Amino acid sequence: MSDKGNRPAWLSRLASWDAAVIVITVVVLLIASGAVENFGSSRNFTFLLLDLLPIALIALPMTFVIVTGEIDLSVASTLGLTSAVMGDLWNRGLSIETIIPLCLVLGAVLGALNGFFVTVLKLPSLAVTIGTLALYRGLAFVVLGDSAVADFPRSYTSWVTGTIDGGPIPNVLIPLVVLAVVFGLALHATPVGRAVFAAGAGEQAARFAGIRVGRLKFWLYVVSGLIAGLAGVLWTLRYSSARADNGLGMELAVVAAVLLGGVSIFGGKGTLPGVLAGVVLLATLQNALRLQDVSNEALNVVTGVLLIISVLLPNIITKSRAAVQRRRKRSLASPTPESGALAGVK
Amino acid sequence: MNATKVVAPKMSGRTAASRRFSLGGLFKAREAGIVLALIALVAFTATQNSRFLSAQSIRDILLGTAILAVLAVGQATVMITRNIDLSVGSVLGLSAFAVGSLLQANQGMPVIVALIAGLVVGAACGLVNGVLVRFGQVPALVVTLGTLYAFRGAAYFWAGGEQINADELPGHFLRFGNSSILGIPWLVLIAVIVLIVAGVVLRNYRAGRELYAMGSSPQAAELAGIKVGRNTIAAFLVSGALAGIAGVLFAARFGTIDAAAGNGYELNVVAAAVVGGVAVFGGSGTVWGAGLGALLLTVIGSSLAVLDINQFWQQAIVGALILLAIGADRLVAVRVAKSLKKRDSHV
Repeated sequence: MSDKGNRPAWLSRLASWDAAVIVITVVVLLIASGAVENFGSSRNFTFLLLDLLPIALIALPMTFVIVTGEIDLSVASTLGLTSAVMGDLWNRGLSIETIIPLCLVLGAVLGALNGFFVTVLKLPSLAVTIGTLALYRGLAFVVLGDSAVADFPRSYTSWVTGTIDGGPIPNVLIPLVVLAVVFGLALHATPVGRAVFAAGAGEQAARFAGIRVGRLKFWLYVVSGLIAGLAGVLWTLRYSSARADNGLGMELAVVAAVLLGGVSIFGGKGTLPGVLAGVVLLATLQNALRLQDVSNEALNVVTGVLLIISVLLPNIITKSRAAVQRRRKRSLASPTPESGALAGVK
Repeated sequence: MNATKVVAPKMSGRTAASRRFSLGGLFKAREAGIVLALIALVAFTATQNSRFLSAQSIRDILLGTAILAVLAVGQATVMITRNIDLSVGSVLGLSAFAVGSLLQANQGMPVIVALIAGLVVGAACGLVNGVLVRFGQVPALVVTLGTLYAFRGAAYFWAGGEQINADELPGHFLRFGNSSILGIPWLVLIAVIVLIVAGVVLRNYRAGRELYAMGSSPQAAELAGIKVGRNTIAAFLVSGALAGIAGVLFAARFGTIDAAAGNGYELNVVAAAVVGGVAVFGGSGTVWGAGLGALLLTVIGSSLAVLDINQFWQQAIVGALILLAIGADRLVAVRVAKSLKKRDSHV
């Protein structure tokens, strides 16, 4: 932005959408803990973190995928299929130590299938992942039907639902934080991250710059599937219930959170801290509203409206900003007659 | 998404090719493929169980197809302009519940008024989608993903967990859902009328051709003086209105309506259109294809039931069909592009 000089640095940082989301999230957290009964309790805090865990996990690779200008709508179905397979394998008597790695591999394979369709066959990712959204969910039902498998070992389920030293922080926050740091550093401080942004900003230009865009995207889909598989395992252990419809419809919440966090659906733009703030904001709103006895269905309206706002608002901001800059340029240019004439020509 | 510029020339090649194919026969290659698949499926299922071709079973298939086909026609209209409308299932639910409550309160309301009411509710939803896509300048996918949630939530808000049962609906409305005229069920008749009108308008009228032009290349359409924004809103309006009508048909057929009516339909509708040869990247496909796609999906559903195969396979098959269809679409596009290049190099 050319108007950097006129404003203090912190103000122009604040004006960026993802920074704004972080601020809004903090404000909403403060308001909620003040105004909503029980919101601030440590028990509720634990639940809030446990609820946002799968969305936050899946949002990490989704950020990468959307920044490259693609999308992965199959993540929630991957979660469901992983959960169903986990239940089926457990029914067949495999040990949980064997099942978990198998489920992670399954997630990666499902992601690789998406990646194959998108990068090798060069099909539009939207259509491909709508297809695999149906396919993976359907296979989940084929595997497990509408039954549930519940008797997972206590040692595992209680670790997932448990907290660090009995405090408010759930154990599973540890892997999430580790992964968030890894993904954040990868996106913002490594050549991989730069390649992701380059591919999203202009695929051909990135290719000319020597970035193997296809290979990059393929691996992003593999990682996306792998993390969705991990989310499936954790989901199953948390609720101690493997079901084919686990995580149904969650792809919308993930995409909503990522876009809310300031990632452009057109690719090439976004930050991981912004996305995490988006995840927390969405989870906080849902949690606070649920405590106010607002129904799940009404929460869907909130998610839907937020999703629309989060894609519309950045556009409106960019447009009005451009208009302001144009006006400023004109008023700066007008004092001298020559440049005024030039501006007039333009 | 950001591949718009790269894709544009390929798509214009597609339209040229489809014109050539249509000279060869009544059906384009893709639609002929669906017809063959349909015939094979029906023949196989019938040999396994002769009841599959009984009048009652055929009637059920046609009634199921009617609702899906009306939705698929709307979806095809939107997809031809290189957009997508994921909110149709929610619009169907909202309209079904709205019309249900209207009929509950006014038992004497004629069916035609119910249809118009559903159309109006749907058109209002479609208008919201269209305006957001047009002025928000964001992909329709995201907008309609949002309204999928929002409209469904509105239906739940309104219904508040209540359900409208068949005994609360007027008898003439339920009879409309199940009776026939000249042996053709009303629902099927309405679907056929929608198909014919939409098919003729898209094929022969300027308004329809403009939608194809927009889908083939938005920039070129804009340069050619086509009012892209206005047409986009119109396409969503049509899709919404048809989803509204489908809501009324749904209410008439099933008699029981709650806020979850049509939940998840969007997937089947997109699948029907894609399987029927409507390209996700716009600019090609017909509503006939979309209608055939709807028929194929419905037949698959009842075949699975007749063949005693786990119904859960149905969704997996829908997914596999979507992948197969877009794969085939891509294959055709690549081949056409290649042959066009060859032809150009001879000139």
